[in-house]
Amino acid sequence: MSGLPPYASTGQKAWYYSFRVICGLIFFFLIAPIVVIIPLSFNAQDFFTFTPEMLALKPEGYSLKHYEDFMTSHDWQSSLWNSVRIAPMATFLSVSFGTLAAIGLSQPHVPFRRAIMAILISPMIVPLIISAAGMYFFYSRIGLQGTYWGVVLAHAALGIPFVIITVTATLVGFDRSLTRAAANMGADPVTTFFRVQMPLILPGVISGALFAFITSFDEVVVVLFVGSAGQKTLPWQMFTGLREQISPTILAVATILVVLSIMLLTTLELLRRRSERLRGLSPG
Amino acid sequence: MPKDTTQDGFVVFDRVQKSYDGEILVVKDLNLSIGKGEFLTMLGPSGSGKTTCLMMLAGFETATHGEILLDGNPINNIPPHKRGIGMVFQNYALFPHMTVAENLAFPLEVRKLDKSVREEKVKRALDMVQMGDFGGRRPAQLSGGQQQRVALARALVFEPELVLMDEPLGALDKQLREHMQFEITNLAHDLGITTVYVTHDQTEALTMSDRVAVFDDGRIQQLAPPDKLYEEPENSFVAQFIGENNTLSGVVETIDGDACTVKLDSGEIIDAKPVNVSAPGDRTLVSIRPERVEFNKERLMEGVHTLKAEVLEFIYMGDIFRTRLRVAGHDDFVVKTRNAPDQARLKPGEQIEIGWLPQDCRALDA
Repeated sequence: MSGLPPYASTGQKAWYYSFRVICGLIFFFLIAPIVVIIPLSFNAQDFFTFTPEMLALKPEGYSLKHYEDFMTSHDWQSSLWNSVRIAPMATFLSVSFGTLAAIGLSQPHVPFRRAIMAILISPMIVPLIISAAGMYFFYSRIGLQGTYWGVVLAHAALGIPFVIITVTATLVGFDRSLTRAAANMGADPVTTFFRVQMPLILPGVISGALFAFITSFDEVVVVLFVGSAGQKTLPWQMFTGLREQISPTILAVATILVVLSIMLLTTLELLRRRSERLRGLSPG
Repeated sequence: MPKDTTQDGFVVFDRVQKSYDGEILVVKDLNLSIGKGEFLTMLGPSGSGKTTCLMMLAGFETATHGEILLDGNPINNIPPHKRGIGMVFQNYALFPHMTVAENLAFPLEVRKLDKSVREEKVKRALDMVQMGDFGGRRPAQLSGGQQQRVALARALVFEPELVLMDEPLGALDKQLREHMQFEITNLAHDLGITTVYVTHDQTEALTMSDRVAVFDDGRIQQLAPPDKLYEEPENSFVAQFIGENNTLSGVVETIDGDACTVKLDSGEIIDAKPVNVSAPGDRTLVSIRPERVEFNKERLMEGVHTLKAEVLEFIYMGDIFRTRLRVAGHDDFVVKTRNAPDQARLKPGEQIEIGWLPQDCRALDA
């Protein structure tokens, strides 16, 4: 056997195989609920179960009608449009503020660095429902509740911790003498940032941006509190769809979102490799 | 060649102090004047304040007190990117995401030079360090020595009048280091640039510099050309730090102008040259270079005091012999002799007498 040394005892052999079985089961447990959605979304019936035609793999058991419904329904299209308007803007704000915060907090002379970091990261740790309720009351007071910018700012606050964490991680390997060298050669701090620091921490910034984007794109709790009918996002529509209509259109949307997420994660992985290559390149 | 730079230095540190925490002074009252075109080395153990001085000059640290002048103008309030000083960093600090040529073009781009001028200057700078064919490579594709040359070219490409080097050869192997010492010195002299070089390697300091400032404890202990520094150390720190050195402690017995006698703690009397002792009764550490000790009786000067010594160890080092002796109770007294046909090879256990010319034995502070 490949992985087993010839001197393995019976117990070791038994563990060797059962370990693989356990891993397989965990994998199945994690993936199955997501995978099962994909064939179901092509269901020709308005059910959440596999019909006999589907199980027999007959073409008439399958259709794209739920996808069609998603494409044509006004509710779904407006919620998609809302998500598309909110998520990129929230991501942009998260990335700008998160990157600046991470760079600031990586300076050794900043006082109370750990405390500030903890506060900035807290939206990730505090239960979402508590943040959401807090934001609701606060935003109501200052007139942001139920507005586009209210939802954008709330989502940006949720996305910032991801950006701070990924950018801080990239900055750990960042050689400060590079910015000093740039300054020494006559580059002002802004030029130094865009020409030297940014290209090197870009992988971290983009990873953070992807996380921030997914956070906003998937978020339902905060938007229920802070948003109004005008900011009904895709997850919100799915939530109401589940509660009120029980239409398999949700499955079609879910499939689209899964594909989108896989694409984003692939990008993430490719960027991580690029970053590792660049790290390997950096001297010292 | 050393110049008289006390009046109109190109770089002047005027009563500069630096403290990071507001209590402990890392640099204490630094006064230093560096002439135009001079190659000055700041030499010292780590923590002696030499790198802090360099960083203050580059603008990455601010002086707590005192003034730094560049070409007559105070630069305390000028940010690093407006000082126009070239710098070679210890780890080279080449931008990993740019090619060699892009690295060199960077200081020219931020100065908004035309593309054709940039390319011309980059090419010239790369040729100067014999890296002309490497413009398209990334720093990671170069060896340490090549990266070092690129860093040097990048510090010189925008033609600064002052170049700072922070232990630039520390990461290279011995042979390459010696070669680069020679190249850097030649380049600096050919281009007529003023160079401030920081190192903890005394060989580097001695071989490269016009003058060396020996730092310890936040102060310059001695500022002198290399030969003077080695042959005439002004205090016991410099004597110990530069080159190998034998020390014996004792009390000054008599002083007569340029000569004195010292009574060692073990009771013997020796001849010495008073350097920073002033009166009989002063505690002193006398310092003798290992190659200035003589044990051939015929070559010893008439009338000088000699010491009894026992040979403990004889080490054959090829070009020289290194003999360890027990002298006046110390068993780490070293004598170096040239490997010449008539040179005696001492054996452990032999009893000999040693002596020296009084001017080679310097009575320093204790």
